[in-house]
Amino acid sequence: MALLEVEDLSVTFARRGQRAVHAVDGVSFSVDAGEVVGLVGESGCGKSVTSLAIMGLLPKQPGLSVGGKAVFDGTDLLQLDDRSRRDIRGRDIAMIFQDPLSSLNPVIPIGLQVTEVLTRHRGMKGETAAKEAAALLDRVGIPDPKRRLKEYPHQLSGGMRQRALIAMAVACQPRLLIADEPTTALDVTIQAQILELLKDLVRDSGTALLMITHDLGVVAGMCDTVNVLYGGRVVETARRRPLFRQPRHPYTVGLLGSVPRLDAGRGEKLNPIPGSVRDLLPWPDGCAFAPRCARRTDECVGEPPELVHAHDGRSYRCVNPEPLPGMVPAPREEESA
Amino acid sequence: MSERTENDILVEVRDLKVHFPIKRGVLFDRVVGQVKAVDGVDLSIARGKTYGLVGESGCGKSTLGRALLQLTPPTAGEVSFDGVELTTLPSGKLRSMRRRMQMIFQDPMSSLDPRQNVESILTEGLQTHGIGADRTDRRRIIGETLDAVGLPRWALSRYPHEFSGGQRQRIGIARALVLGPELIVADEPVSALDVSIQAQVVNLLDELQDSLGLTYLVIAHDLAVVRHISDTVGVMYLGALVEEAPSDRLYTEPLHPYTRALMSAVPVPDPDVEDRRERILLAGDLPSPANPPSGCRFHTRCPWAQPTRCADERPVLRNIGASRVACHFAEQIASGELRPHGVSAQIVRPEGEGDTPGVVSAPTEPGSYV
Repeated sequence: MALLEVEDLSVTFARRGQRAVHAVDGVSFSVDAGEVVGLVGESGCGKSVTSLAIMGLLPKQPGLSVGGKAVFDGTDLLQLDDRSRRDIRGRDIAMIFQDPLSSLNPVIPIGLQVTEVLTRHRGMKGETAAKEAAALLDRVGIPDPKRRLKEYPHQLSGGMRQRALIAMAVACQPRLLIADEPTTALDVTIQAQILELLKDLVRDSGTALLMITHDLGVVAGMCDTVNVLYGGRVVETARRRPLFRQPRHPYTVGLLGSVPRLDAGRGEKLNPIPGSVRDLLPWPDGCAFAPRCARRTDECVGEPPELVHAHDGRSYRCVNPEPLPGMVPAPREEESA
Repeated sequence: MSERTENDILVEVRDLKVHFPIKRGVLFDRVVGQVKAVDGVDLSIARGKTYGLVGESGCGKSTLGRALLQLTPPTAGEVSFDGVELTTLPSGKLRSMRRRMQMIFQDPMSSLDPRQNVESILTEGLQTHGIGADRTDRRRIIGETLDAVGLPRWALSRYPHEFSGGQRQRIGIARALVLGPELIVADEPVSALDVSIQAQVVNLLDELQDSLGLTYLVIAHDLAVVRHISDTVGVMYLGALVEEAPSDRLYTEPLHPYTRALMSAVPVPDPDVEDRRERILLAGDLPSPANPPSGCRFHTRCPWAQPTRCADERPVLRNIGASRVACHFAEQIASGELRPHGVSAQIVRPEGEGDTPGVVSAPTEPGSYV
């Protein structure tokens, strides 16, 4: 039984006089206890909206409709009322955002922001809470934690702010941690520090981590299972190694071919994906990637491709996937069976 | 004008310094300190080659690029472009030199005027420099440039907001190219773009170099991108070059401790590589350039720092093989004679400015513009 089971999640933003935007369009994936799962995709693929919908953090506005299920430990998060959702949020599920400066309150000292979580969910007070907060800051590697508690977010560097945010997130030992681009705003050496910290926390406390990122390098180093998103749909799900070794969906193939690698030589040509994400307009029903896809067939245009479960435990949403090397491409009926 | 040989140097920078004053006071400004954004950089760029400049935010790489083009006046030092000394050139002459050295900016949305259509953006430079006999001639030049960067002709009548991020960056490249420059300084040319689009632009820059013989100075924080397009790479830390080497050599044999740490921190999209490699984690943050550490600027975070020399003697760039390295103990570190030790993180705070953090800025996150 998975810890978090997201089933057919869809988020639609509708505005009067305009066509509705299907930001997330039938996303399903699951996170097991203690597992690190990646949601990878480029901007606009719906990865952040997915996480916000799970957490119930999407702004309540007319025209927003959220469908599907997000079952966390037996309860559907999408059906919860605000009160019980607040109980779960911060205690069982915590979240780290991309930009720590905008997710910390600039006029409240760090210490108060950390103890707030402890007071709300663990019923701690005064001295005890402050002690625990200092211990938390120490655990995430902030030097001189007692002094830092009295400081404001702007007095800390970007990396330290992100550490403070992580301290708040792990304050209640959540069972699931959602990290939305946690290192994108940081320099590489700081990024390495933060990723190492997240790895340690996950290993030591058995917290499951849902990692949302655009960086395939980060995914390669951290995730057990990877979900690749494109145009609001999961186009491929696989374990880390098979995904990088033998990607099946043409988009995954294209993404891997586009990334310049540090260990590749000068002058090795990149293989970019032609076109841009915006090229989905004329294909409202078919595969969102079809306009940019080199393996496009006539079938791709009609209706959304079905999720194919391959024999090796991976699944992809493509009618004409990249053949496995050394294998004669099998007829599709056999493969989906 | 210098001779055009194989190892022809187009740009020569000597001991370049750019210091910004820190001012205080209500009625009268008084200068209370200097931010040494660039503090003594020597480098030369060969004609038709690409020089990549890497470093973390705040290391002065962008300021160096701007000072090279005289967009920010240097405090001291010399910049010679094709034999002409730029720092002492009168402004009129400098302006006509600008035709030969152009810049591509990071964020095409903020570097292109939203109220100018593409044709007007591209014509402006031509008119300023008096290129093209008449309107039809200019249109021909612009048309050729659009073909070169892979934009359709109908783009001419459109405005920047009508394009996607990748296309906007192509407009930015076209704007630089239309004048027929020799040197292009590209400041984070792909960091605002999604990976699939990033690869398109990187390939475009490569192709343009091949067909037009351009010389590039590429400034970026993404080491993989820089390695991909550069012949020579310079690594900057706190306003100075710490290592410079041919691209492949820098990646296979980094000599400076900072370069080693930087290389080991870059994630590689390959699980096998990721699981095998050893990370050198640096402690703490980049110190403030207003109050840089004494001696070697990296010694406060260096896992190989020694009690002697590192804290009190600033290392100069010296040749080791094909590389130039600013480290007293580069050989001993390379041979394994010196072992890394633990470093505790220090809180970074500029002196006299107790409330401001030493490190604030971060690279603009990629993928924020489509």
